[in-house]
Amino acid sequence: MRRLTLIAVPYLWLLALFLVPFLIVFKISLSDTAIAIPPYTPTLDLAGGWAAVRAFLSQLDMENYIWLTEDALYWKAYLSSVKIAFIATVLTLLAGYPMAYAMARAAPEWRPTLLMLVILPFWTSFLIRVYAWMGILSNEGLLNAFLLWTGLISEPLVILNTNTAVYIGIVYTYLPFMILPIYSALEKMDDSLLEAAEDLGCSRLTAFWLVTVPLSKQGIIAGCFLVFIPVVGEFVIPSLLGGSGTLMIGKVLFEEFFNNRDWPVASAVAVILLLILIVPIILFQRNEQKQREAEGLDVFPLSMWSR
Amino acid sequence: MAESVFAPWNDPDEKPLIQFRNVTKRFGDFTAIDNLTQDIYAKEFFALLGPSGCGKTTMMRMLAGFETPTDGQILIAGQDVANIPPNKRAVNMMFQSYALFPHLTVADNIAFGLKREGKPKDEIAARVAEMLRLTKLERFGARKPHQISGGQRQRVALARSLAKAPKLLLLDEPLGALDAKLRQQTQFELMDIQEKTGTTFVIVTHDQEEAMTVASRVAVMDEGRIVQVATPADIYEQPNSVYVADFIGDVNIIEGTATPGSAGYDIAWAEGQSAFHAKSTRDFANGQRCFLAMRPEKVAISTDEPDARNKIAGKIIDIAYLGNISTYHVELPGGRMMKAQTANTRRLSRRTLTWEDPVWLSWTDTAAVMLEG
Repeated sequence: MRRLTLIAVPYLWLLALFLVPFLIVFKISLSDTAIAIPPYTPTLDLAGGWAAVRAFLSQLDMENYIWLTEDALYWKAYLSSVKIAFIATVLTLLAGYPMAYAMARAAPEWRPTLLMLVILPFWTSFLIRVYAWMGILSNEGLLNAFLLWTGLISEPLVILNTNTAVYIGIVYTYLPFMILPIYSALEKMDDSLLEAAEDLGCSRLTAFWLVTVPLSKQGIIAGCFLVFIPVVGEFVIPSLLGGSGTLMIGKVLFEEFFNNRDWPVASAVAVILLLILIVPIILFQRNEQKQREAEGLDVFPLSMWSR
Repeated sequence: MAESVFAPWNDPDEKPLIQFRNVTKRFGDFTAIDNLTQDIYAKEFFALLGPSGCGKTTMMRMLAGFETPTDGQILIAGQDVANIPPNKRAVNMMFQSYALFPHLTVADNIAFGLKREGKPKDEIAARVAEMLRLTKLERFGARKPHQISGGQRQRVALARSLAKAPKLLLLDEPLGALDAKLRQQTQFELMDIQEKTGTTFVIVTHDQEEAMTVASRVAVMDEGRIVQVATPADIYEQPNSVYVADFIGDVNIIEGTATPGSAGYDIAWAEGQSAFHAKSTRDFANGQRCFLAMRPEKVAISTDEPDARNKIAGKIIDIAYLGNISTYHVELPGGRMMKAQTANTRRLSRRTLTWEDPVWLSWTDTAAVMLEG
């Protein structure tokens, strides 16, 4: 009985905070816009009985989804989001791996401090930090002022309101999500494995490729998904740092909701986004599962169920 | 016709495979190896034995190339190895933690070193199969290290380090993680494999029994120095110092003054007690301080006064019953304790000695070794 309650709690949580809101969004995506509060029709009137429910259902249709395929803006935005998220993930990995590696190789007494430094930015509001980047990257910003002062450039670089600024913002914001899982994988690694690899004829570099990288693979995969998944739907960074040329689905979604007040189309955009993200989320889960199995922890949940 | 005894260290024409020449290794203020000179010969099974912190692991890591000497030279097959990195040495090491690559199968672990040499595929496969056969792991080639037992992992580590057919194999506490039964069995397997492959083995261990079982020679180490190097039998029977006598096995140490007498020395060891007699290969001056080291199994225990040159009466204080043998702790006049050991060839009920019994201890002139300190 106690076990049942224990299992029921997370499921109820999921039901109330994920499944129910999702069903509401899904229902709105099947509705039509209306000048009303809320701004769509039909709304369900249970007082009308069975006939009202039937009338309500008959008014739902896939019109908004068909609309998404007809206007090129949407699929271009989806594609562009996935592309930006992919490139940003690769950049974050390239920046994050050496940092995680350096942290894992640092003297043990330094590691908590370094870990703290990675987490420290979270203590400030995300929005403020993105605004700070606007101050740094703008034409009269700190970066351009510095570069002009050193004489490296004679004209200010245009970075703000371009995709470059978006990449900088994403890499900066999501770096901890990349570093932490890779660090935790590298930190667990036994140093004698590298010595063994060297002993068996590897140079330092081949030992890194043949031992360190494969052993941190789970961390790399986890970090990449932790960056890729939220970045696809990212809204704040592209809208503050990106320009008119930055096309991302999060921005489109925002505009449909607040500028056009077209809740049904916005809901349809959200549902499709979710469907796009389900694939990487499942892959992510499978990776986590595999990692648990590799560590020999699979026995525990299995035995829990069989008892 | 008996096979000639393997003892290259006694042959002046034999060239040593490994030479430590005045090697010193310091870590900051700490001297791990202190001006050490030692030769190790091909096909030896050489054991470095000592308590933790005595420098035995440092010696091994210098052979592997993970540490470089602060001073002195190490030669392998006549070549100074100071500037040869670990991956270029014809030396392989079996790590204490085994250091198996968890992401590779057993077979891939064994093949790891061979692949680095760029050997053709079929040659590698044949060598891996041979190694699996040698270590009786044929059925486990496709498993990952976490899917096999500790004993099997130990054998994979051995197979992997032997796969490249190194001139020298280093074993760092190879059996430390195994239980007593498996350890014993594996010791014999190790000796067998060493003989079959003809590889020189250098083993580091803190387990004296293990060193005695497997090694052709044992080096007993203390604080960065080798105190004695000898065959297991000589280490046990002819220790050169109280430290070695005490480190290896059980021993009674009696301090006294030596007086040259008829056929050996008389050792006065306590006021009012008759002197003990001992023969010695070492010379002692008249009145020189000496230590008698005597193994408990060489001390006879009896209820009646024996007819022996060395004898003394005492009282049984404690009996350690170990099944096959019993060790009696006997209190001598003046409160000194002495250990005597007998094999339990009779059933328990028929043995006569028990606690508080007055007994006689006796031994021959050659039972004890006389040491200077």
